[in-house]
Amino acid sequence: MLSEDEVKEIIASFGGDRRYVMRILQEIQRRVGYLPKENLKMVAELLDVPLAKVYGVATFFHQFRLRPHGRHIVQFCFGTACYVKGNDKLWEWLRRKLGLKPGEDTTADLRFTLQKVRCFGCCSMAPVIKVDGDIYGNMTKEKLEEVLRRYA
Amino acid sequence: MLRSPTTSEYEVIERFYRAKDVMFGGHDYRITVGVSTCSMAKGAHLVLKKVEEEVARRGINARVVRVGCNGMCFSENMVEIIDHEGSWAVYAYVTPERVSRMLDGYFSGSSRGVFAFRVKGGSLMDEERVPYIYEIPFYGKQVRRVLRFMGIVNPLSIEEYEALGGYSGLKRALRLTPDEVIDIVIRSKLRGRGGAGFPTGLKWKLVREAKGDVKYLICNADEGDPGAFMNRLTAEGNPHIIIEGMIIAAYAVGASKGFVFVRAEKPLMADMLARAIEQARDKGYLGREILRRDFDFDIEVILSAGAFVCGEETAMIAAIEGAATARGGRCSPTPRPPYPAEKGLFYKPTLVNNVETYAQVAYLFQAGLEDFISVGTENSKGTKVFCLAGSIRYTGAVEVPIGITLRELIFEIGGGVPKGRRFKAVQIGGPSGGCLPKAYIDYPLDYEQLKSLGAIMGSGGIIVIDDKSCIVDVARYFLKFTVTESCGQCTPCRIGLRHMLEIMNRITEGKGTEEDLIRLERLGNVIAKTSLCGLGKTAPNPVLTTLRYFREEYEEHVKQRKCRAGKCMKLRAR
Repeated sequence: MLSEDEVKEIIASFGGDRRYVMRILQEIQRRVGYLPKENLKMVAELLDVPLAKVYGVATFFHQFRLRPHGRHIVQFCFGTACYVKGNDKLWEWLRRKLGLKPGEDTTADLRFTLQKVRCFGCCSMAPVIKVDGDIYGNMTKEKLEEVLRRYA
Repeated sequence: MLRSPTTSEYEVIERFYRAKDVMFGGHDYRITVGVSTCSMAKGAHLVLKKVEEEVARRGINARVVRVGCNGMCFSENMVEIIDHEGSWAVYAYVTPERVSRMLDGYFSGSSRGVFAFRVKGGSLMDEERVPYIYEIPFYGKQVRRVLRFMGIVNPLSIEEYEALGGYSGLKRALRLTPDEVIDIVIRSKLRGRGGAGFPTGLKWKLVREAKGDVKYLICNADEGDPGAFMNRLTAEGNPHIIIEGMIIAAYAVGASKGFVFVRAEKPLMADMLARAIEQARDKGYLGREILRRDFDFDIEVILSAGAFVCGEETAMIAAIEGAATARGGRCSPTPRPPYPAEKGLFYKPTLVNNVETYAQVAYLFQAGLEDFISVGTENSKGTKVFCLAGSIRYTGAVEVPIGITLRELIFEIGGGVPKGRRFKAVQIGGPSGGCLPKAYIDYPLDYEQLKSLGAIMGSGGIIVIDDKSCIVDVARYFLKFTVTESCGQCTPCRIGLRHMLEIMNRITEGKGTEEDLIRLERLGNVIAKTSLCGLGKTAPNPVLTTLRYFREEYEEHVKQRKCRAGKCMKLRAR
């Protein structure tokens, strides 16, 4: 969570302009890794906009998350090409393997957080996953296991 | 079937050698490695590092350059070695482990043990065995305009782009009056490449004639369609062609400030554009008194946090304006009229065009009107970039004349479906588009034709679906996509799509009835007619087109409780 001074500083860097809620939230998430509830409240108060509207922005876009995540973020592309090439099956398989219950996206040991992503635009390499920003194509169960071993 | 390079292909090669001094920078060789987000998935950055190391270790006097991709995704990673005398070798399927063997082979005059093409002859290659790159249909059938310097030019060097003829289009346009520029765009019959296909020149004219002291320009680089990546590829491989087109457009319509709206999922694309903008500013193509004319214009990159609906122009404008104040907390579309051309960003006249449209404009002014209209159909001239993915042998991005058939695109350029699979359908236009069966693949691909078939050109993503995929499940996939992406503002889209999805779920779970199919059709047509924006208007397309062309498969699901692809787990496969 950021302190009030840090949030103030971010807001000031956008000229204190309430038009930039999306970009202010992007900056908070870049620093914290997610959007803590307290920081959303601060943004709402400092910009003098209703919390509901800030929350609306935070839940509208895919990039934002409201909960902390694991040490490594594993993103599965759910674009059309990845879907017809079976990324949904890989996703289910990995969730079962990691013992994630419905509604959970992070492993109990905080090692991995799993996310669905719309499309990385790497359709020719489908199915595609991304771990902490490194992108891997033509995935199979075996490759997935091997890749994830590299991220302790 | 051997074929030599065509005039335009020769032209790019000739331009390259005319710009020798810039391209080689005093070195004996130029070695390029194609690096973009997708090739990095195959380790292109590692290949680049290995090439740099090996070149240094062997003391080769070569300039190693990171370039974008030339669109041949299926043969990643690609390395090209070029010398002054006209030997231009293209290596495919290069891995870090193969770099050493590749360099050994090149410098001993043999292509043994590597997979290679050549762009130009030369004594260094064993000529009999190595085909010209233009001989393979994937490359040879293309007419490359937007993509013509892709994989050749260093995207981070404005000097290289200029040396190949870049920014000559801007210089040419600035010698004309804005009205003359617009007249050329109208006569070019260029239509918006983002999806709807509105005539570009007409749009520019509306913005130019709209009253307003300030005018804005937006480049739609949101590229939210799954299956489309041509905008990302272009921005990563040759960002200056987009910037050049934007400046020409700004001059024509009288805009002083431009925005590029890029999604945060594509960080490399945003980074490349931002760097290109800086370089253009340093060269005096952006800023005050551009090229010493009475014309000020600058561009800012805006990172979207990712929402499919933001590809819709009024929603995108809301997102740029700032979500929280402008339109009730989110970036929902607003009714048109007023169109952005009259009241857009901050209620000022605003031109919104797609990445590819701006790039086409740059080409139009670089090559001239006559060249531009030399390909295309009666109502729509020029080329379109398509992305080939899914169940197809040669995946990648290709640029072809508008009016080409799907058969040429999929079976000649793309090589058809992989061995052991059978072609079932082609999905075109993403979640707003439709699925077409084999019977329709000989129709010319243009805006009107696709619309009459129930699909849309969209941004040009083409996904081939084979017999292992269930058509009902594919349609359900798209519906799931649009249900989560609906902004929730208007009822038909918010509630109607959800009902359609529930019916589709029922059918794939074996609980569907024949009446369900009629319900789907009725509901889909109502949603298409009554939704506020393009998202809702087109969201039923995947279901409606599959119901129209693949009804049999739906009927099998509801009558015989059977899924012939074996995808719907609760149904029997035969």
